[in-house]
Amino acid sequence: MTGASFFDLMNFGPNGWGWALITAAGVTVMVALAGFSLGAVIGTFGAWAKISGRGPIRVAAEVYTTVLRGIPDLLVIFLFYFGGSLALTAVYKFFGGEGFVSFPGFTAGALAIGFTSGAQHTEVFRGAYGAISQGEIEAAKATGMSRMLLFRRIIMPLLLRYALPGLGNVWQVVLKESALVSVTGLVELVRQAQLGAGSTREPFSFFLAAAILFLVITFVSNRVFRFSEAYFSRGVRGTR
Amino acid sequence: MSASVSAIPMDIAETSAPAVQIGDLHKNFGGLEVLKGLTFDVVEGQVVSILGSSGSGKSTLLRCINFLEAPSSGTITIGGETVRTKVGKTGDLVPADIGQLNRLRTSVGMVFQNFNLWSHKTVLENVMEGPVFVQGRPEAECREEAGEFLAKVGIYDKCDAYPAHLSGGQQQRAAIARVLAMHPAVMLFDEPTSALDPELVGEVLKVMRALADEGRTMLVVTHEMGFAREVSNRVIFLEKGTIEEDGSPEDVFGASKSERFRKFIAG
Repeated sequence: MTGASFFDLMNFGPNGWGWALITAAGVTVMVALAGFSLGAVIGTFGAWAKISGRGPIRVAAEVYTTVLRGIPDLLVIFLFYFGGSLALTAVYKFFGGEGFVSFPGFTAGALAIGFTSGAQHTEVFRGAYGAISQGEIEAAKATGMSRMLLFRRIIMPLLLRYALPGLGNVWQVVLKESALVSVTGLVELVRQAQLGAGSTREPFSFFLAAAILFLVITFVSNRVFRFSEAYFSRGVRGTR
Repeated sequence: MSASVSAIPMDIAETSAPAVQIGDLHKNFGGLEVLKGLTFDVVEGQVVSILGSSGSGKSTLLRCINFLEAPSSGTITIGGETVRTKVGKTGDLVPADIGQLNRLRTSVGMVFQNFNLWSHKTVLENVMEGPVFVQGRPEAECREEAGEFLAKVGIYDKCDAYPAHLSGGQQQRAAIARVLAMHPAVMLFDEPTSALDPELVGEVLKVMRALADEGRTMLVVTHEMGFAREVSNRVIFLEKGTIEEDGSPEDVFGASKSERFRKFIAG
């Protein structure tokens, strides 16, 4: 032990690690958000494919969810990182460059998280769509709503009502999965804690700080989800 | 084709244009033929009660008029304009021009058995939704008018309530106000009182009676014999997908030649 206390290490002065960790927490949130958003887009198409797609489209969606849910997330990150690097290197060589070009860790991580969580989003959206009362959709059609209007004004709000609890779970998973992106060298929270631990030989302090920051992030996001759930559950009996 | 000749009350038939024309309407579900070629016109101001035992095709007929159900063949004409169709993948007719169908749907209101109010919107928002977002009318004007329609059906005090907090009778009256707000040329009622507790049926029938008295064009699939007899001015009795009786309530209830109809009303 060097004798430095937790608060000596984590201050925001020139020799403290405070800002570095806060910045890294920001990177964690950004990569998780990017992945989650990509996953939501993929999940929307996946759910649509599974609900109303023709044969081949539906099969493709099945294959996608089966494969992505069957591979460890860490492996998916490696595949995107090294696959992306291979592709970039090939392009680089094609234009006369030499050597290895590494794929940006942030992009690889966001893509990997997006594609893995997309499979979970698909199932969440599909289940939520099944919970919407068909009568409410029929009433909208009978009113003469176009497909876009029906989706925007009726299906989407009702879909979110039923999907939000599931989406909250997916977000939690995504947030923790973002720690795995540290293997690409992206300086997110876990990677920054490792760097700090290595340079000060105070691993426990750094990993404790990282854990606390993760908890702060989950606490805040839980509040956001709870607020959204209350909003989209308006009109449900017992919620007033 | 149905054998029976339509017996439209002459006073209305001579002066009014057809609001809905149904031409040789067929509907199959798999191998089951539910509607076997129905042809009839409904003129403006007519209040038509459609009766029949369950499985006679009466709800299917109503749902084919606004294409919530795809007819297998035949034509639907609303206010003189025939819905353009083509044969879809399943072999049933699908709209050839969804824009045309949606436009015609705005003039055909539908009241459902299970109300089908949008559960995430207040009663007032339910009533304003169609006029504001489908018809694109000014919001302030629609809000005022929605309040008037809600007052008319007697639930103005429930404006800001969500449907789940209303009784069945109140929900159905809100659903009627939602249809009225579109200023429809025709109103379809699909068993509007069948999901209601007996003590709530009266309040909905009262509203429907008031609408009939205004001279609105209504097609009502119902089991309420009192309504069919007293309020409507035309009764159609469907049996196994064909029109078995069609005439004024006096003629149909008083002097039906149909053995099946006499059995039906005897219960």
